[in-house]
Amino acid sequence: MTTHTLPLRTTRKRALALSAAALAAALTLSACGGARTAEGTAGTASASGGASCVDTSGDSIKIGFLNSLSGTMAISEQTVRDSLDLAAEEINAAGGVLGKQLQIVAEDGASEPTVFAEKAEKLISSDCVAAVFGGWTSSSRKAMLPVFESKNSLLFYPVQYEGLEASPNIFYTGATTNQQIIPGMDYLAEQGKKKVFLVGSDYVFPRTANKIINAYAEANDIEIVGEEYAPLGHTDFATIVNKLKSSGADAVFNTLNGDSNVAFFKEYKNVGMTADTVPVVSVSIAEEEVGGIGVDNVVGQLTAWNYYQTVESPENETFVAAFKEKYGENRPTSDPMEAAYTSLYLWKGMVEKAGSFDVAAIQEAADGVSFDAPEGTVTVNGDNHHIAKTAYIGEIGPDGLIYSIWESDGPIEPDPFLEGYDWAEGLS
Amino acid sequence: MSAATGTATTPWWQRSTVRVAGGVAVAAVVLFGIAPAVLSDFRLNLLAKFLCLAMVAVGIGLAWGRGGMLVLGQGVFFGIGGYLMAMHMKLADAGPGGVPDFLRLYGDGVVPGWWEPLRSPVVTVLAILVLPAGIAALLGLAVFRRRVRGAYFAILSQALAAAFAILLVGQQKVTGGTNGLNGFRSFFGYDLADPINKRMLYFIAAGVLIAMVVVVRLLMNSRYGELLVAVRDQENRVRFLGYDPANVKVVAYAIAACFAGIGGALFAPVVGIISPADVGVIPSIGFLVGVAIGGRATLLGPVLGAVAVSWAETGLSEQFPSFWTYFQGALFILVVAFLPQGFASLGTLWRRRRGTPADAPDDPPTTHPSAPGSSPDADDDAQHAADSARTAGRHA
Repeated sequence: MTTHTLPLRTTRKRALALSAAALAAALTLSACGGARTAEGTAGTASASGGASCVDTSGDSIKIGFLNSLSGTMAISEQTVRDSLDLAAEEINAAGGVLGKQLQIVAEDGASEPTVFAEKAEKLISSDCVAAVFGGWTSSSRKAMLPVFESKNSLLFYPVQYEGLEASPNIFYTGATTNQQIIPGMDYLAEQGKKKVFLVGSDYVFPRTANKIINAYAEANDIEIVGEEYAPLGHTDFATIVNKLKSSGADAVFNTLNGDSNVAFFKEYKNVGMTADTVPVVSVSIAEEEVGGIGVDNVVGQLTAWNYYQTVESPENETFVAAFKEKYGENRPTSDPMEAAYTSLYLWKGMVEKAGSFDVAAIQEAADGVSFDAPEGTVTVNGDNHHIAKTAYIGEIGPDGLIYSIWESDGPIEPDPFLEGYDWAEGLS
Repeated sequence: MSAATGTATTPWWQRSTVRVAGGVAVAAVVLFGIAPAVLSDFRLNLLAKFLCLAMVAVGIGLAWGRGGMLVLGQGVFFGIGGYLMAMHMKLADAGPGGVPDFLRLYGDGVVPGWWEPLRSPVVTVLAILVLPAGIAALLGLAVFRRRVRGAYFAILSQALAAAFAILLVGQQKVTGGTNGLNGFRSFFGYDLADPINKRMLYFIAAGVLIAMVVVVRLLMNSRYGELLVAVRDQENRVRFLGYDPANVKVVAYAIAACFAGIGGALFAPVVGIISPADVGVIPSIGFLVGVAIGGRATLLGPVLGAVAVSWAETGLSEQFPSFWTYFQGALFILVVAFLPQGFASLGTLWRRRRGTPADAPDDPPTTHPSAPGSSPDADDDAQHAADSARTAGRHA
């Protein structure tokens, strides 16, 4: 019986496979055909030697916004997208850039580095945008960097990060380590803290930050009494907090990200530690996250950033008011949002100084471009493409907002490779 | 209904070898002729990426569709292939004796001994071909000998993918952590920034994929292929006939792993990055989705499904960046609800509706329980699950 049915079965299979092939081939072909017509001349232009295909002839100019709108990072990156949209709206209302209205091409990075690389390439070669704004995680930036360098386009990256990088094609408008981590440690040292415990999520930023903190501690007579990592999304902190308690630490430096903070601070409170005795300095908790963690769990704890919603300046008042008017009274503003907002204005400043949207002209003109940002005046460093920023140590208030209790003497010059610090030798 | 009449009346254009040759020719014309002519460099590179994912799908089609092994952890083999190739490119970029940038940034500034052999292109290629298949063979022997199957095997393979991703993240000093490996400048000496070389990579991927499909087609029509289907449908009967089902399964699993490894190895230079996000649980399930949507038990269903799903994701997310995921979800629901055997079953449905008189009385669905695309296959799956549950119960 088997011998009779088998050949018949395979014949059937074959016919089936063939029809499926024809169907899907037609599908794929039409798909590819569609993609091409949509691109028009753009594709051929980029093929001819990577020359820029940016169209500056009309009365509008295209720029790209690339943030994760789906996936695990969407909750954070959506806030950045919102403030980028606000900045674009304001700039357009005020007459645009070099008289051209901004035309936004929006893309979703989907919280995946490969998607960021793919969409960045699409924005540059298919949409021919003049610059791209976005990215959050280090892995998304690392994935996009080769794309922007090989296509010679510009990325404005708005999030504090682990430093040790300076690409001519990226402008970093968030803090590098000497504008956030080191001021945080300076503050603890000033407070006479001698035993610091490090806790962080297991990825590149915490590990690099802690490498720097270890070097700093060695040079400044501070003992690192423990260094613990939890996988991203980890929520069981009993072991780590017990280690922390028994280590005799008098301060904690926290580089945990996302949900893990909720579990960590609850456990920290459970074992009876308080901000008065063993304060926790966090570098990934901003206004947006405080609500999620629960104000009760983190009130009185410290943060290190370059902007808080409570910063007192006329520029910040305008920014906060405009943001709340557009998105609602209950939406807070935070450091990455402000850095993204600032990045669009800095690009505008560079373009206007250069008098052109050309990448080389912008790179040439970038040095010294400054903007009266909500966080205070920021200035672009033409050598490393970072910006000078003021560091603020903040204390989380009972209203969920963060209030500055210490600030650096004016804006700190960016030093991504920590070349100005003797103790940091050999880190990069 | 006899096979003899079938053979006698088969026109020449329906004969097996002719159709395979014809299929290869059509694929070659589409992939080597039409696609490069009509697509921009960017879209062509995107297609190359989809072809790499389709390579994994071809293997899954063999292991899952034909062999009944729900391989939920192909990301492991994809990742091994990808990281091997990526590490070779990093070492080659660093020059003889050089240290790749990420090892200086996150590590101790020395190349660990076990990365060293990958400086050689020959060792790298051999490792990509042998390591994933070897690991799968060892693992398969250990697992299938103990008659672990069904959901238990699926969970095991998925746990492996999770563990692999966690290991990569945890060993940041030597693997680059969450950032993975990226910023490759050359591929076996060819500058990756040059569009011509990107095009060459696409042609390599297309050629490799066609070769894989031919290999699977040969396997499917061989004695081994029939045995594999037999093991899928009635493992115990095959055992009673004197075969060792474990060996049959190991071969399919190892081939699937090898294909996934090659897919990963080409993915790294095509996309320019390989990171734990490409090898963990979610991408491993992602590989499966395309196969399921295309039609897992058919030859071309997995390939076309994988390419179509990836293309749809890209296309939809470009058109509707803020709510494309809803469309994606709707597509999956539609397929699961109405086409449980994937889009390949559309062909069967269509032919059945047309009701070819010669076919209809010949082909009552009940006589061919494992014919792909026919609804009784679902019943068969249920039978499967019941079987596995019983077996597992016995061995628990």
